[in-house]
Amino acid sequence: MSVASVVAVSTLGAILGLDTVSFPQAMLSRPIVAATVGGAFVGDAETGLLVGATLELFALESLPIGASRYPEWGSAAVVGGALAAAFPESAAGALPVAVLAAIATAWVGGWTMVQLRKFNAWLAQSRRAGLDRGSARTVVGLQVTGLTADLVRGWLVTAIALLALHPLATAVVHLWMLDGRYSRAAVVTVSAAVAGAAMWTTFHATVGARRLFLGGLVVGLALLLFR
Amino acid sequence: MTAPSLGTARRTPRLPPVTQMGMLLRLLAVQGSWNYETMNGNGIGFCLEPALRLLPGGRDGEAYREALARQARYFNSHPYMASVAVGALARAELDLVPPTTIERFRTALTGPLGSVGDRLMWAAWLPFCSLLALAAFGLGAGPLAVVCIFLGVYNAGHLALRAWGLRVGWRHGLRVASALANPVLRTGPDVIARAAAVTAGLALPLALYRIIGVGRTLTGGVLVAVVLLALAIVRVRAKLEGWRTALAVLALLVLYSVVRHG
Repeated sequence: MSVASVVAVSTLGAILGLDTVSFPQAMLSRPIVAATVGGAFVGDAETGLLVGATLELFALESLPIGASRYPEWGSAAVVGGALAAAFPESAAGALPVAVLAAIATAWVGGWTMVQLRKFNAWLAQSRRAGLDRGSARTVVGLQVTGLTADLVRGWLVTAIALLALHPLATAVVHLWMLDGRYSRAAVVTVSAAVAGAAMWTTFHATVGARRLFLGGLVVGLALLLFR
Repeated sequence: MTAPSLGTARRTPRLPPVTQMGMLLRLLAVQGSWNYETMNGNGIGFCLEPALRLLPGGRDGEAYREALARQARYFNSHPYMASVAVGALARAELDLVPPTTIERFRTALTGPLGSVGDRLMWAAWLPFCSLLALAAFGLGAGPLAVVCIFLGVYNAGHLALRAWGLRVGWRHGLRVASALANPVLRTGPDVIARAAAVTAGLALPLALYRIIGVGRTLTGGVLVAVVLLALAIVRVRAKLEGWRTALAVLALLVLYSVVRHG
């Protein structure tokens, strides 16, 4: 991956990482969007979409409720989409390696978000006098500093992940021995199981949800059979 | 606009469109300085600031500074529902409601705006839109179509909620609690959850098939494995998050494939 690609993809990771919490929370950071656009940046949006759909299944589990700590999928999905798209379509290990890289990056990204929140708290504390005076400059300054710090955080997470994981992913994909279909089947089994468990937890208390799920499943399977 | 009143007893005053637009745009960044101490309190002050300029004395006035100091303190709510708080608090400040009343009102808003927003958006609308995009993906939609479906549908709800919140907050002021009894907020989460359940059933087999590639038998086997693994995850969910388990399983898969090469 060239330096220009790393810079471009990291900038995308920064913007989509910012969307996770700070601005504008339009869900540009959801894996199905972020990985697809990440793949498109490296020249293969279709592969990015495959990674994005797989990661989206994982992301259904970690909804950003309250002040809970969760993986940061925005920058991470960009990394996953870009890594997978950098390999030829026939590379059997590309999807599992890219998904693993993205989940690891999301974990680290989640940790950096916690550090950013601590930094914001420290900054607000140190500007207490200005806030108590009702200084607009302090209020706006805190907001702009927080947004900028989050943008820098997302850029660094993406750039470091790409620089560290691209050579590793290349080596692993080169050594990959399992058949491509079985490799993808293994990954999607895990991701769909995580999604299924998350859906169960979210919807099982809703009246009629189980029957509706089964109804949808029958239609989905029928569409699959008659394709 | 300067006479004291409590909410809707008098005709709703007009908030200048430029001020409204400024507040709406700032609301998109309400969590810009989110932290564990003041949560999105500073963000609320940031979003209210354009309206506070309309207080007697303007930006240099005592009323402006006192109100901004009050509004930048601790506050916690769902980011989209923060628009309700911003609208209602702007109305209260411009109606010159006593500071102690505003502070009590601010405290009372925190809980309901958090739980209503979490139930409607995070636990219902977001999973529904996500599953809808996965269904479109499973049905063969291309990258652009999937991204547009997800972002289009999700943000239609998201932006409408923010705009509605600001409008309804401003209109009702201190009596905004009545607006939270809106049928969409009360029954919406259940209706959307049902739609999401159907979409989940439809999307899962189709999405799995597309990711794996050709081979219905393999997809059938994967579906059975998915059900068994999902049940196992539900049982241990309190102790372990699924994505962490997945990280370990995928690391083992990568290790196995590489070791086989050696």
